Amino acid sequence: MELLIALAIGALIGSGVWLLLRPRSFQLIIGLSLLSYAVNLFIFAMGRLAVDAAPVVKAASEAAHYTDPVPQALVLTAIVIGFATTALFLVVLLANRGLAGTDHVDGREPPP
Amino acid sequence: MAPELLLIVLAALPFAGSVVAALLPANARNAEAWLAGAVAVAGVVVAIILYPALADGAVLHFKVAWMPIKGADFNLRLDGFAWLFSLLITGIGALVVLYARYYLSAADPMPRFFSFLLAFMGSMLGLVLSGNLIQLVFFWELTSLFSFLLIGYWHHNAAARDGARLSLTVTALGGLALLGGVVLLGRITGSYDLDVVLAAGETIRAHPWYLPVLGLVLLGAFTKSAQFPFHFWLPQAMAAPTPVSAYLHSATMVKAGVFLLARLWPVLAGTDAWFWLVGGTGLVTLLFAGWCAIFQQDLKGLLAYSTISNLGLITLLLGLNSPLAAVAAVFHIINHATFKASLFMAAGIIDHEAGTRDIRRLSGLYRLMPYTATLAMVACAAMAGVPLLNGFISKEMFFTEAILATTPLPLLGELLPYAATLAGMFAVAYSLRFIHGAFFGPPPLDLPHMPQEPPRWMRFPVELLVLVCLLVGILPTLTLGSMLQTAVRAILGADTPIYSLSVWHGFNLAVLMSAMALVGGVVMYRLLHGYLAHSPDGPPVLRRIAGQRVFERILVTLSWRWARTLRGLLGTHRLQPQLRALVVVAVLVAALPLLRHWRAAWPGFAGWPDPVLAGVWLIGAACAIGAAWQAKYHRLAALILMGGAGLATCLTFVWFSAPDLALTQLLVEIVTTVLMLLGLRWLPKRFERIDETTTLPARLRRAADFALAAGAGIGVAMLAYLTMTRPAPQSIARYFLEHALPQGGGHNVVNVILVDFRGFDTLGEISVLAVVAITVYALLRRFRPAQESIGAPEQQRVQNAWEHAHPDRQDGDSVAEQLLVPGVLMRWIFPPMLTIAVYLFMRGHDLPGGGFVAGLVVAIALIVQYMAAGTRRVEAQLRVHPLRWMAIGLLLALLTGVGAWLAGYPFLTSHLFMPQVPGLGRLPLASALFFDLGVFALVVGATTLILIALAHQSLRSQRPARTGNPATEA
Repeated sequence: MELLIALAIGALIGSGVWLLLRPRSFQLIIGLSLLSYAVNLFIFAMGRLAVDAAPVVKAASEAAHYTDPVPQALVLTAIVIGFATTALFLVVLLANRGLAGTDHVDGREPPP
Repeated sequence: MAPELLLIVLAALPFAGSVVAALLPANARNAEAWLAGAVAVAGVVVAIILYPALADGAVLHFKVAWMPIKGADFNLRLDGFAWLFSLLITGIGALVVLYARYYLSAADPMPRFFSFLLAFMGSMLGLVLSGNLIQLVFFWELTSLFSFLLIGYWHHNAAARDGARLSLTVTALGGLALLGGVVLLGRITGSYDLDVVLAAGETIRAHPWYLPVLGLVLLGAFTKSAQFPFHFWLPQAMAAPTPVSAYLHSATMVKAGVFLLARLWPVLAGTDAWFWLVGGTGLVTLLFAGWCAIFQQDLKGLLAYSTISNLGLITLLLGLNSPLAAVAAVFHIINHATFKASLFMAAGIIDHEAGTRDIRRLSGLYRLMPYTATLAMVACAAMAGVPLLNGFISKEMFFTEAILATTPLPLLGELLPYAATLAGMFAVAYSLRFIHGAFFGPPPLDLPHMPQEPPRWMRFPVELLVLVCLLVGILPTLTLGSMLQTAVRAILGADTPIYSLSVWHGFNLAVLMSAMALVGGVVMYRLLHGYLAHSPDGPPVLRRIAGQRVFERILVTLSWRWARTLRGLLGTHRLQPQLRALVVVAVLVAALPLLRHWRAAWPGFAGWPDPVLAGVWLIGAACAIGAAWQAKYHRLAALILMGGAGLATCLTFVWFSAPDLALTQLLVEIVTTVLMLLGLRWLPKRFERIDETTTLPARLRRAADFALAAGAGIGVAMLAYLTMTRPAPQSIARYFLEHALPQGGGHNVVNVILVDFRGFDTLGEISVLAVVAITVYALLRRFRPAQESIGAPEQQRVQNAWEHAHPDRQDGDSVAEQLLVPGVLMRWIFPPMLTIAVYLFMRGHDLPGGGFVAGLVVAIALIVQYMAAGTRRVEAQLRVHPLRWMAIGLLLALLTGVGAWLAGYPFLTSHLFMPQVPGLGRLPLASALFFDLGVFALVVGATTLILIALAHQSLRSQRPARTGNPATEA
């Protein structure tokens, strides 16, 4: 399973980085979203992969049977903050597109 | 009052006075002066009261632990030396306040002047009273800052601005070096406490870091005390109002440097390096500045250079590595402060009365202001070292030390007395020039206004200071003996030598040198007199090499030319190269160690994955790559594909025991997609066939980017694989798992962490969410789309045209008809969704769910209504007030935290209680539930605020942006 998740993260990172280096701001926003999936998965995987071990405890004594809740808590906040930054970025993108008249990331079209 | 309390009063009073002074009205000249004077006099009184407590070398301490781990405490420490400085600072400060009352015109803003002056006084006192080295540097920099503000007080004057900036640049840079030196000292001794450092002299001098420490500390001291080659800022600072010059450049600011040298004398002195650096710099400064002073045409310029020269003298004395010379240095610090302050004030009176300070224009003022002239002459005589004045005694001591000095180089020891006599001659010459140039000669002809004696109380500070010069000069032991002894003992401790302060020691070599200096100085002045009457400002030849011009050129070269060249070489305004560099560096930094230890790290094959999940990720990865491929020309497709990758991520969370994450991811996915769909409308159309770039450089760039992306992907995949296949380290997870139920009262550990254990983080996070939402809202209020996006989209136009062609139809009917069945369903789904939200919220503490998820569900429910019925219809029936939701959420979360305070626990401590609810029995209820409720409300508010603000843009009548692309317009 580890191999699969690693490859999945790799695919997301690769697509995200490719988009990050593109010139149009919409490409950037998609790229950042893909990157945030990858990073969230990566952080989550740092707690190791475990099936049927959700950190919902039945009694306090048997702590060993559950997966690590800390990365999950981190990623949960990351997802929500990720949404906020995507929204902010989108609006900045739109405002900049209005002001600069182009959706190029530099705010101007490159010289031909 | 206890001495420790008085110590706090001494240190804090000026700052308190400064705040009050700043609040008084702009024209309250007398009130300001009374206030500042009262503060300064109170300082003098406190200092005098404290004096008996310092008998027999006792040291007063007041210490408050601030950051004990880092050794940074607030530590006030008063010994004899610090006491002497405190008296000088407050005493001369009081006189300067009185003088400034008459010097400043009614048009000058008073609160600013007196507030800065008092703050400066406080910084100086804080500096000399510091018992902790870091604290000392802090106050050191404060004095730089307030002297900057004082020098630039007349900021309408360009010279004042430049002088202020120059002094700040030089002294603050020195302060930075000093901080470095102090940190090293703290590393060597293990403490920043002054007492510990002073006791560790042997260790420090033997340490390999001694030279770096010495260099850095000296940089600080020399820049502050205007020692060569950093002397050039002081003459420029003469653009300050004269009371400021009299205060800063006699008793305080510039004395801070020599104060530090004397303070650290027991620790750093005694080595050859100290002799060469400190003594050498002092000697060069003494002679160089003395020579320059003779050729100044501005009275204050002359005094500025003579100040530099006198500071050089003190530095030289401290550099001689002899306790007796250190005594002479401390003695001269007092004497110089008195005669120089009075001379600055006298120069100010002349300037004030005659309207100019140019020695070439001034002449014969004795007839017009005989009283002031007499005072200035006595002070000048003290500066020149005429017998029966205090300057004479300290110069005698200096000459004696110059004769006795043991130097590492015998020849230098031979030459030192000659150099000392030469410096004495310079002092006599420039003192004569001050007196003769201003007060003697024919009556003045072309003065801006006719001078007369100044007001009574403007003269008073000068009188008092001159009286001190006389008294100390005639009765040194009676007036200063005890104070000097206390001060010197605070520095030298057990090494304090036996010395005698007296006017006449018999006929010896020093007296002969004094006589030679007096005669030589007079002769020198006679010889130069004719030249000086018409010469330009500054000494011949040297006036071409102005230190400040060199400094400014260096600054321009460094901060402007080189910076621009570097920016041209390395910088770019374009985002892509920057990101490319960032990714390249990140990949390299991660890849190099990974490749080096690859063999050792490789864990082997970890087994085949489950085919179902493999299938999910086959689609997921295809979606991600497809999104990357389509994002340029087919935005909608890319958005859908991105959602596919997100769903695969969400399923992975489900698969590997993270139900909370899966829920949140799913809901955020929906909200994000709606958000982006709303945004798509404002982006430009782009057609594949038009702007296809197929030039070779473009292809190459794309190939390089592809390689980079592939490299990053493979690298992170490897990293992830290596980490995941390793056994998990002992983490803090166990603590949370064990304590969630007994302490947090919840079964769902993730939720308990969020709302209870790490509640403060969550509070920060929802604040960020609120800030972002408000920022988005603010940005969209002034949103100006591009011209081409303003008209209705093509689909709408076609539809509207069709609707216009049929008279029985209205705009939007087609959409409403098409969405008729889904619309009804969507409207009906509203109550169930709210129920689900309540359900998810209530169970959140024990099962997957919680405030975040519930908030998102409510937000989605609202958006669904908007989609089903249209913005106008929804808002006619239902007003959502997102800002209120957010406010309530934040307040609720905060109040829950504050509630813990009321119960006597730290902020945000959760409390578990079991209320009896009729019909349900005892319910376990944690106060974290209310916190979660706050999270819920905020998420609802922030999400809807963002989405509704964006949706409203389609309804507004838009105006195009005013500024187009500058490149295309040009």
